[in-house]
Amino acid sequence: MRKNKNKTGSVVRGSDRAMEIGMVIIITIFVLMVLYPLYYVVIASISDPYDVYAGKTFLFPSGFTLEGYARVFKEKAIVTGYLNSILYTVVGTIVATALVVMTAYPLSRKDMPGRKTIMIFFIITMYFTGGLIPTYLVVAKTGLLNSMWALILPGGVSVFNVIVARTYFESSIPQEMYEAAKIDGCGNLKTFVKIVLPLSKPIIAVMVIFAMVAFWNDWFTALIYMNDKDRYPLQLALRQIMIQSQASANALSGMDGGYAEANRITELIKFASMVVGAVPMLIAYPFVQKHFEKGLMVGAVKG
Amino acid sequence: MKIPGERKGAIAHHGKPLWKRIISCWELYLLLIPGIVLTIIYKYIPMYGVQIAFRDYNPTLGFSGSPWVGLKWFTKFFTNYKSMEMIKNTLLLSLYTILWTFPIPIIFSLLMNQLRFKRFKKLAQTILYAPHFVSIMIVCGMLRIFLSPYGGLITMIASAFGADTSIGLLDQPGNFRSIYIASAIWQDAGWGMIIYMASLSSVDASLHEAAKVDGANTWKRIIHIDLPALVPMIMINLIMSFGNLMNVGFEKAFLLQTDLNTATSEIIATYVYEQGMLKSMYSFSTAVGLFNTAVNILLLIVVNKIAKKTADISFI
Repeated sequence: MRKNKNKTGSVVRGSDRAMEIGMVIIITIFVLMVLYPLYYVVIASISDPYDVYAGKTFLFPSGFTLEGYARVFKEKAIVTGYLNSILYTVVGTIVATALVVMTAYPLSRKDMPGRKTIMIFFIITMYFTGGLIPTYLVVAKTGLLNSMWALILPGGVSVFNVIVARTYFESSIPQEMYEAAKIDGCGNLKTFVKIVLPLSKPIIAVMVIFAMVAFWNDWFTALIYMNDKDRYPLQLALRQIMIQSQASANALSGMDGGYAEANRITELIKFASMVVGAVPMLIAYPFVQKHFEKGLMVGAVKG
Repeated sequence: MKIPGERKGAIAHHGKPLWKRIISCWELYLLLIPGIVLTIIYKYIPMYGVQIAFRDYNPTLGFSGSPWVGLKWFTKFFTNYKSMEMIKNTLLLSLYTILWTFPIPIIFSLLMNQLRFKRFKKLAQTILYAPHFVSIMIVCGMLRIFLSPYGGLITMIASAFGADTSIGLLDQPGNFRSIYIASAIWQDAGWGMIIYMASLSSVDASLHEAAKVDGANTWKRIIHIDLPALVPMIMINLIMSFGNLMNVGFEKAFLLQTDLNTATSEIIATYVYEQGMLKSMYSFSTAVGLFNTAVNILLLIVVNKIAKKTADISFI
């Protein structure tokens, strides 16, 4: 094969080489464009805000300071937000993943009567929804307002994830396995726990990751259902600081520069809090990248 | 070995009467209960509650007890001078987003697929996927700071190119869609590549070898081998985007909205939120939301029909 390729004339190879270099350049430019804003936020967070204003921090930090980070970790909203987000993410991920797996497994069993009807029952909710207000009213009626469960239960079962998991169960666990389990006197539940779950670690990993990212980044559900600021997740704490430009009195205390100084600190806190907020997911993601790709592919097969 | 007849395998199940098969699966139904209960409570009961769009909702009377007012809320919405603007904003934001964000992942996955430097490819992919994991909140925070008239990064660059920055860039209604779309490309173009990259990796390598022997250059091979392999996935994605035309990303529009840019940033979803959650106009907000859902379902059916006719792909 190699020899063949070399023989096919230097003209083609020459133009291919030029094209390859062109492609590398285009992709490199795009990669840099994607990377630069993130890089800029990081260097701005450790630079003097006045230098950031003046446009002195395009490539390197200027007037190095860690004051922003020191202030951010004193900011009560950020600290409680962080703790809340960790709690919501852990509990939410466990519940959501359990629900998806418990729903997807029976639906993957071709010998279960009513499988199609139940699937349609779930799929309908992908297209028809009650909308914002009726859902809100039901959540309020069930007494979940201002509780962690309002962020977890109303989302219910993610139908997309159920389809992904079901496809996985169907394609990677042979139906004969169920027959064999039955002959060995294994009930359906026992088969599920002892055979199906251990064989399904990859898809469970995917579901866990999907759920984690969704819970960690969610803010809108909390905005609607949480009244108490002490229960706000991190994303809403970030909203107060970044979008509504409110740094708490606590963070601004102990300084004597007046309005300009307050402004300076607010800007500093904005950059630092963005870094603090984005870091957990950005650090975790390269490790789970492979799982993500796999999950999307399994899902795409069945659309 | 409880029942000897079971040995025959799957066929044996269908020989049994339905009720026996149902009973033998009781554990499976048990597993389904939590999911079904939650779905009924938090999905189906709200669907039943949609009727408050035709009623004057009163919390003490409940969904079906509140007085019937017919199409009052719909009339109110359509006689509002802002409603046409909102519908237009929703559709345009959605359409432009699809037009701009759709081709880029395809082009880049085709280019990326031709690269032979494994390390570079892997690194580029890792970086391009990364913004997908930055929350919308942080992306909007970044945009607000970058677009700030006081030393914002984008403002500085734009003014160097002679743009008018006397008013904040985000506060100029004419910029809203560009900002929305550019940031969408930044955040999700890389992520959108994944599915195409995976389809490309299943293309038979011998096809490329054969084409090379026949003297086809890289460009020709991309057009004649790779692109056709992507067509089914492109069609599926395109249909799904058009089927969701009215469900344009609410979160970003909401977080990027300022008092000055509502002329383009006010979409139906943000209006539903304002009227419902901030002004507690429950029935009115539900009616507007219902209108949005209805249009979307109509679009879905139309798109699905077209797709079925032209490409034999169906979703519903």
